[in-house]
Amino acid sequence: MNTFKWSSSRVLLVGFCGLVGVLLMGPTLIVVPLSFTSEKSFRFPPEGWSTQWYENFFTDPNWYESALLSVRVGLAVAVLATVLGTAAAVALSTGRGAWRGPANGFMLAPMIVPGVITAVGIYYVFLNFGLTQGFWGFVLAHTVLALPFVVVAVSASLNGLDKALVTAAWSLGANRWAAFRQITLPLIAPGILTGALFAFLTSFDEAIVSLFLSGPFARTLPIQIFQSVTADIDPTIAAASTMLLATTGFFMVVLGVITVSRNRR
Amino acid sequence: MSVSVTATDESPDAQTARGRPSIVRRLSRRPTTLLIWLPLLLLAVCFAYPLLQMFRLSFTDFVGSTSGVFGNYLWFLGTDTQMTILRRTFAVAGWVTLMCLILGFPYAYLMTIVGPRMRLLMVGVVLLPFWSNLVVRTFAWVILLRDSGPVQSLLHAIGIDDLRLLGNTVGVTIGATQVLLPFLILPLYAALSGIDRSLLTAAHSLGARPAVAFVKVYLPLAVPGILAGTSIVFILTLGFYFTPALLGSPRNSLVAQQIVTQVSELLAFGRGSAIAFVVLIITFVVLGLVGLVTRRYRRSFETGLDL
Repeated sequence: MNTFKWSSSRVLLVGFCGLVGVLLMGPTLIVVPLSFTSEKSFRFPPEGWSTQWYENFFTDPNWYESALLSVRVGLAVAVLATVLGTAAAVALSTGRGAWRGPANGFMLAPMIVPGVITAVGIYYVFLNFGLTQGFWGFVLAHTVLALPFVVVAVSASLNGLDKALVTAAWSLGANRWAAFRQITLPLIAPGILTGALFAFLTSFDEAIVSLFLSGPFARTLPIQIFQSVTADIDPTIAAASTMLLATTGFFMVVLGVITVSRNRR
Repeated sequence: MSVSVTATDESPDAQTARGRPSIVRRLSRRPTTLLIWLPLLLLAVCFAYPLLQMFRLSFTDFVGSTSGVFGNYLWFLGTDTQMTILRRTFAVAGWVTLMCLILGFPYAYLMTIVGPRMRLLMVGVVLLPFWSNLVVRTFAWVILLRDSGPVQSLLHAIGIDDLRLLGNTVGVTIGATQVLLPFLILPLYAALSGIDRSLLTAAHSLGARPAVAFVKVYLPLAVPGILAGTSIVFILTLGFYFTPALLGSPRNSLVAQQIVTQVSELLAFGRGSAIAFVVLIITFVVLGLVGLVTRRYRRSFETGLDL
């Protein structure tokens, strides 16, 4: 590992990258001070401070019900996508034969197809199934989009797994399920947890499919924010945005801790 | 830790069904492979089937006077306003890709040469926005770029008064660049970190000035990573809805807005699907070209041919 050496061009590079770093993080964080403004405007910087927009968020059913829906959908997606994605990853890693390549490609396809295209298709089919504007419609659609992240995370764990440990368990008389539960599962648990967190975040942040599936009776938090931005000037949007960012930030820290502790081991 | 078993990778009951099995037999030989069917079923019903339905609708569902099997495609490709939208989308995607490369390449490069602690910080700065909500990030730009917003006051202070930033493609380009920057940096960093930096040292020791060594040795090796990162940004911009919807205006909409308008406002599923499939085909063409170029490029490196 060569150590970092300073030179005049390096100073320039670091300065430029500092600005890029500010550009990456800075603009989004403007919603935080704005959410504590005392007036009903997006004036920045705010003239005075208050928490009224948070009060508004928790008393206006439009806001808290959309937040509640987002959390419920996110949790259901985390469970469903993690179970299905782990199953797929295990099958892909233990299976043999030519079907694995296409199956793996198919599993990852929702990542590649532009979201707006998937959204139109899902909207049309779910209209026929009567799944729009409802909990399960959101859950199924988001699970499709979250599945690739779980498959990737768990597959990475399984690839790092020493297969001899599983074979050893078999040779010591463990049946397949016991070997999976007692040997494989604990070893790939960090990968599964990572996948579950990614699945929750994918669902919680998803917007384009939700835009089509949302309606007066059910909309997720990102859609509530989007429609409020186009409708009126109300700093409650900033308060909702701040809480959304805080949730994401919290999960990112958890993911970071998992990754760092796994690398230490 | 070592386990001494006669470790074949075969499972306990793999020996039971030998011979020339059918697909079903081959899959059922290992019960674990049966696990693939449930996720595959979900993707088939909620992903593949919807896309197939769209494909069908693009040839069968017509509004107004359009008809004929290719009616919707001919309508899209033959209507001036639609082609203007497509051209505008390409222009914006091109600008966003270029801006992302200019901003992202130095950042990804610096990530490969700093120490592990600094790198962790730099990764965090990229990952946080990467996983932050798209709508929220765009909303922040609405506030920043407003006529009475901070960016305009800043421009006013340095004497620029007549530059509108919201409701046109300038705003969309600025916002999309910032939103998509992580999508360029992450794959580019992954590619750059695989480049052997001792080649640069070798070039120096052979008398090349640092700048020359960088351009002649490092940049050619970085091309596959640059192609990967820029193609992702380009494709993502083509399918972008929320950023142009909030920062642009209906008068200069992009193609994703057009899809949404056709489907959810005009209920013209056939037209919307036709546009969507044109975008999808463009996406695959871009991905295919990048893959082809990258493979050629790599191979020419391996065989030592002159480019």
